[in-house]
Amino acid sequence: MSLIVKKVAQLITGFVFLYGIYIIVHGHLTPGGGFAGGAILAGAYILQILAFGRDPLHLKKKETGSSVSESVAIFLVLMMAVAGFFIGAKVFFNNYLPTGKIGELVSAGAIPLYNVLIGIEVAAALLTIFLALIIYKEEIEE
Amino acid sequence: MNSLIPLFIIIPLAIAFIIPVIGKLTNYFAKTITPIMLLILCFFSVTLLFNNNQESYIVGGWQPVDNIPIGIYLVLDGFSKLILCIISVIGFLVSIYSISYISKYTSENNFYALFCLMIAGMNGVVLSGDIFNLFVFLEISVIASYALVAFGVGKNELEASFKYQVLGNIASFLILFSIALLYWQTKTLNIADISNILKTHDSSAFLTFTQILLITGFGLKAAIIPFHAWLPDAHSSAPSPVSAMLSGVLIKAIGVYVIVRLFFNMFAFTYEIAVVITVLGTLSMIIGSLLAINQWDIKRLLAYSSISQIGYIILGFGIGMMILAKGGKESLAVLAISGSLFHMVNHSVFKGLLFLGAGAIEYRTNTRDMNQLGGLSENMPITSTTSLGASMSISGIPPFNGFFSKLIIIIAAVQAKFYLLAFLAVIVSIITLAYFLKFQKAVFYGKNKNFKDIKEVPFAMSLSMIVLVILCLGLSVLAIPSIREVVLDQAVNSLINVDEYVNLVKY
Repeated sequence: MSLIVKKVAQLITGFVFLYGIYIIVHGHLTPGGGFAGGAILAGAYILQILAFGRDPLHLKKKETGSSVSESVAIFLVLMMAVAGFFIGAKVFFNNYLPTGKIGELVSAGAIPLYNVLIGIEVAAALLTIFLALIIYKEEIEE
Repeated sequence: MNSLIPLFIIIPLAIAFIIPVIGKLTNYFAKTITPIMLLILCFFSVTLLFNNNQESYIVGGWQPVDNIPIGIYLVLDGFSKLILCIISVIGFLVSIYSISYISKYTSENNFYALFCLMIAGMNGVVLSGDIFNLFVFLEISVIASYALVAFGVGKNELEASFKYQVLGNIASFLILFSIALLYWQTKTLNIADISNILKTHDSSAFLTFTQILLITGFGLKAAIIPFHAWLPDAHSSAPSPVSAMLSGVLIKAIGVYVIVRLFFNMFAFTYEIAVVITVLGTLSMIIGSLLAINQWDIKRLLAYSSISQIGYIILGFGIGMMILAKGGKESLAVLAISGSLFHMVNHSVFKGLLFLGAGAIEYRTNTRDMNQLGGLSENMPITSTTSLGASMSISGIPPFNGFFSKLIIIIAAVQAKFYLLAFLAVIVSIITLAYFLKFQKAVFYGKNKNFKDIKEVPFAMSLSMIVLVILCLGLSVLAIPSIREVVLDQAVNSLINVDEYVNLVKY
């Protein structure tokens, strides 16, 4: 890619990433949440890869990392649901944390935590799909 | 609220997500944890089957507000217990079989992860008391099965998987569309709640339209005859353990189960709908068996015979529905429905066994073409004997279970004066015998032309085939009325007494 693209991608990626995090942590207050924010986070990674990375070996290493973090994130979501069973009312997905005041950032109990984990999961999953496609393309060209 | 039924969904889901992580460190983890998990689910579901309590469960503890259920409900009644049992038992035997079979493929971990995901989805469909969550779990299990069908990544596998995906997505679209229509009219997604609202709702064109959409959508998933095009390709190209799961369990858990559940417990079915379902069942019974005669690919023959046997199951339910809708004797309807539940259990056992046998042949000879095979009974005695048992069972030879379930369906049809249906069922049973004799002769008897020095399959594979053939013989005891009452009558009751299901979901 040309210098202009690389520089602009460098400048923008940080903002995109921050915006994704903003969407995720405000999931219980504003529209959006884990899924939408996770897609934006994946977008930040994909922008970087499109602007800089074309080295398939390096990408394969990244793919391993992203697929592991995907599995771990969704497993943690399940474990939080099971934790709800052991803490409090013996029901899965029980919201056991104090719920706080409506409208504040730290409120709604366990829901923001689910949002964060789902954000990581979606970002990792979309990134894994993208990497799988791009690695496949590199292998075809060789 | 101390119920543990969500474990049926949580355990397989958790295992499915752990496998890709720990599987990177050691190869043995996935192979051992999957059968162990399914064994636990087996014990759990069998204990549930033999005790009488039925329960519902509210996920997240969201209690109903003003008598409107807002949470996600999981409902466990007699019918879902029976299907859960089928899923875990067949799943367990198939996973034992896979230990040897899948080792010839690369990326075994992905196989086991997808397998667990499919089990989780099917358990979710069976337990869900909420029509939208039913759809979500259905998608989980079919997406896992799309990937599993394409697992061999050859040309045929990819083509079959693509065909399956296209038709499966059409079905999913129809189902989602009808769910949206129902939500629009009733303002709720809970099955029991919809059933209550539809009681006061006068039957309209809208309702008929929704019912037809649902029959089409789930008919595509269950591969009833006009919607069967994907099944012969998908079931024959998948790896054999997957074919056994798809044919033995998946088309029942996400096709037949949902049709029966929705039409018995959610809609108050009319006589017209009962006739439509019976006609579809009869058509798939006849055409499926006629198409199977001329197949020379072992797994394609088995796939077409699956369509035919699903036809028997649907026919039994259809006869029951027709009797109930006309206000006939309830004992006859009970007989027809229990016959077809019995056939459902039997079909999953013997069709699973037949596909595993076909897999064993393919494992040793690398071909599925009957013209090249022959005389394998000397080289592979265990595979030959178990396949013979399953073939006799599916074509209805007396000591085996298939005979009794077909007999019950036919007796019910005769007593309810559907003589034509009873006659057709007998004829199809004879055709079934014909093409399974052809299968036996072409593969295990006759002259051994090409494969003189092959050996019996490894222990893990023959073990699960032996257990299944014992089940084939053992399930015949369900024909004895006092035993049938313990196992099948709970399921029949929960279908016939509509109020029982609705009362189970307390709100």
